[in-house]
Amino acid sequence: MEVKFKVFRFNPETDEAPHYDVFTVKANASDRILDCLNKIRWEQDSSLVYRMSCSHGICGSDGVTINGSPALACQKLVKDYDYNKQVVIEPLKFFPVVKDLVVDMEPFFKRIKAATSHNVDGTVADETEREHAQTPEERSMFDDAVKCILCACCVAACPVMLKEDPDFVGPAAVLRAHRYIFDTRVADTEERMRILEKPHGIWSCKSYYQCTQVCPKRIKVTEAILKTKKKILEQLHPKQETETE
Amino acid sequence: MIYEYDVLIVGGGIAGLVTALTASENCRAAVVSKVYVTRSHSVAAQGGIAASLGNEEEDRWDWHMFDTVKGGDYLTDQDMAETLAREAPAAIIMLEHMGVPFSRNKAGKIDQRRFGGHTRNFGEAPVKRACYAADRTGRAIMDAVYDQCQAREVTVHNEVFIQKLLFASNRCCGAAGYDIANGKPLIFHAKAVVLATGGCGKIFKITSNGFASTGDGFGLALDAGVPLEDMEFVQFHPTGIYGLGILVSEAARAEGGVLRNNAGERFMECYAPTLKDLAPRDLISRAIITEIRDGRGIGGADYVHLDLREIGKDRLAQKLPEVTSFVKTYLGIDPSDAPIPVAPTCHYMMGGIPTDKNGHVLTDESGAVAQGLFAVGECACLNVHGANRLGCNSLIDLVVFGGKVGATVTAHVKETVMPKLPAQAEYDIENKIRGLLESDGSERAPVIREAMQRLMTEKCSVFRNHDALQEALTEIRSLKKRYASLAVANKTRRFNYELEEALELGNMLKTAEAMVFSALQRKESRGAHYRQDFPERNDQEWLKHTIVYTAPEGLTLRYKPVIVTRFPPKERRY
Repeated sequence: MEVKFKVFRFNPETDEAPHYDVFTVKANASDRILDCLNKIRWEQDSSLVYRMSCSHGICGSDGVTINGSPALACQKLVKDYDYNKQVVIEPLKFFPVVKDLVVDMEPFFKRIKAATSHNVDGTVADETEREHAQTPEERSMFDDAVKCILCACCVAACPVMLKEDPDFVGPAAVLRAHRYIFDTRVADTEERMRILEKPHGIWSCKSYYQCTQVCPKRIKVTEAILKTKKKILEQLHPKQETETE
Repeated sequence: MIYEYDVLIVGGGIAGLVTALTASENCRAAVVSKVYVTRSHSVAAQGGIAASLGNEEEDRWDWHMFDTVKGGDYLTDQDMAETLAREAPAAIIMLEHMGVPFSRNKAGKIDQRRFGGHTRNFGEAPVKRACYAADRTGRAIMDAVYDQCQAREVTVHNEVFIQKLLFASNRCCGAAGYDIANGKPLIFHAKAVVLATGGCGKIFKITSNGFASTGDGFGLALDAGVPLEDMEFVQFHPTGIYGLGILVSEAARAEGGVLRNNAGERFMECYAPTLKDLAPRDLISRAIITEIRDGRGIGGADYVHLDLREIGKDRLAQKLPEVTSFVKTYLGIDPSDAPIPVAPTCHYMMGGIPTDKNGHVLTDESGAVAQGLFAVGECACLNVHGANRLGCNSLIDLVVFGGKVGATVTAHVKETVMPKLPAQAEYDIENKIRGLLESDGSERAPVIREAMQRLMTEKCSVFRNHDALQEALTEIRSLKKRYASLAVANKTRRFNYELEEALELGNMLKTAEAMVFSALQRKESRGAHYRQDFPERNDQEWLKHTIVYTAPEGLTLRYKPVIVTRFPPKERRY
């Protein structure tokens, strides 16, 4: 069958403004959107660009906006959309466009770094010759966060980042911090929590749940952020005992 | 633009990043990567990483060594296998201390599971040796190593494509490439270069590899006059999703999955009575193709079934969540309800750039060292995987040898002064790019690439023979001729992926030619290299490594002996 794709095009070097091109692709319902983009690029217009690598949803390269919602082009199939109408492909929101569907990822990776790494030596409680003990239950505390592939779909969907506080560290970075804060082996969790409390940190999150809605790995991102907030309150700001009670 | 470092690491997968972490402790190390490093194909490793920790049952490093040697069909250099197996447990502990979230057993230790070809007591029965993080082990290791690199401020240049190794007075003194974002040449001046560019699965039509796995390191090596070793040994993983090639981890069979033919028979019982579905990959891939050729594919088609129903929903969710999820996404199949259609998929290169155990690149069969040039990971050939790599031995190879190469390169730069930079470097890169952008040739990369992928899958896969390989060689050479009149239609410099793919194709064609040429010469069957016209292993004539060189008249081959220490070659039965 034939499917029409309306694709965002922009080369900031030469174009005054973005425009859209419509391509018609012969596709099966079970084809990945990425397969269709490749057909366009290899058979119709070699100047179209987007990132891709593993093509099965583990490397996180090909986050784009499909019909208004951020998703991985390799994880969505033609049949996931109403393919009798045009399928609209745009770059991820929030990030500056470099060309067509390729966005500048530096603002994303900078945030991940800001939230997770600092000048502490290693991430573990103590140095032993064996692995640190961690029960399956303890390990399961941060299992959901380990699924993150750094695709940035959550950031591109976050109303806080898009409208309220563009300097917000963002859901992916908080999730990455959460992964260490809830890891029983990690010694410096308090310092990691303090980093999250900086301006534009975790408290900018207003729990819109858009990150959870779009996450290609189905991570309960908002829940992880809320758990982290709770832990910060309990550990860094414990409730004062009042004398009247 | 010229950058100067002590060490330049080309490629940012796990091997590259572990090397960078180690090297950056004592010298200025930088990583250049064609993709954002967190997109490297190491993240696609699923099932596990091998080490004889003995957390579940008794295990010993010499059992691991034996399995590695036998798994490699005795082409494995045994000193390398010994290093790998002895040092594996410490490497796992190092990873755990970096924060890798391994799955745990009830005692709170790293959990371990069975895997293909991992045995107790020199082949007696399966053993639990694979450490893992569900079925996203590569991703979990990558993320921890990446965070460590970030915390220690390791310099990373993302989206830079290296085109040329630079030499001065016979010493490697850096590398030249271009910035994908703007198409401008970049020069990296260094005392040492480490190639960590990964594999080349994309030369085949059906592969588990990502789009970036285009054999760039092999192209760089050949262009620099460095030979390639054991290029005929290509691993075809038995269980790629039919048609797509996406990997379904061996862990699926470790957790209880079985392969079935059209009659529902568990056919591996006939091919490997002891290990059955957990036999090594080469053997299972051949068994699947044999079933298909004998008319026992599902519905007469060219695939078999991987049946995970016995594992059950809960265990699938716990142990194989990624596999379960993408089988649902791409096939609409719930593996707890229905079997998965699978067929062999090109997965891994046992061969590559010849190195010693410290990563020095070797320029000939006598062991001459290329000064200042190192290689590590899948692109390197340490001879540790022999003719067939065991599952979980790749990730451990990256970590054990990544650490060694990092240490060696650190020592190297301490006693080396910065070599001079050849003046031509920037001009050469600009010329190469301009040559393609301004070419008025009629050929296009996607067309040639598709022809190459099809012929490699048809003629140089699980079963090979002289006639098919000879045809493949002729066709590759004619594709190489066509490549000379390649042009790119898109003339912009900014993020020109057409240009990038054209350059990658050059590396892929060189790699494919070396592979087919080596396969044609090896007149025996060993490990992953099976010749229908020479179905037996022939230790008398062929217990030796192939070294393929580029010469003015084309490719030439020489050989070097296999190192046998503890385990004399025996018949390989499972």
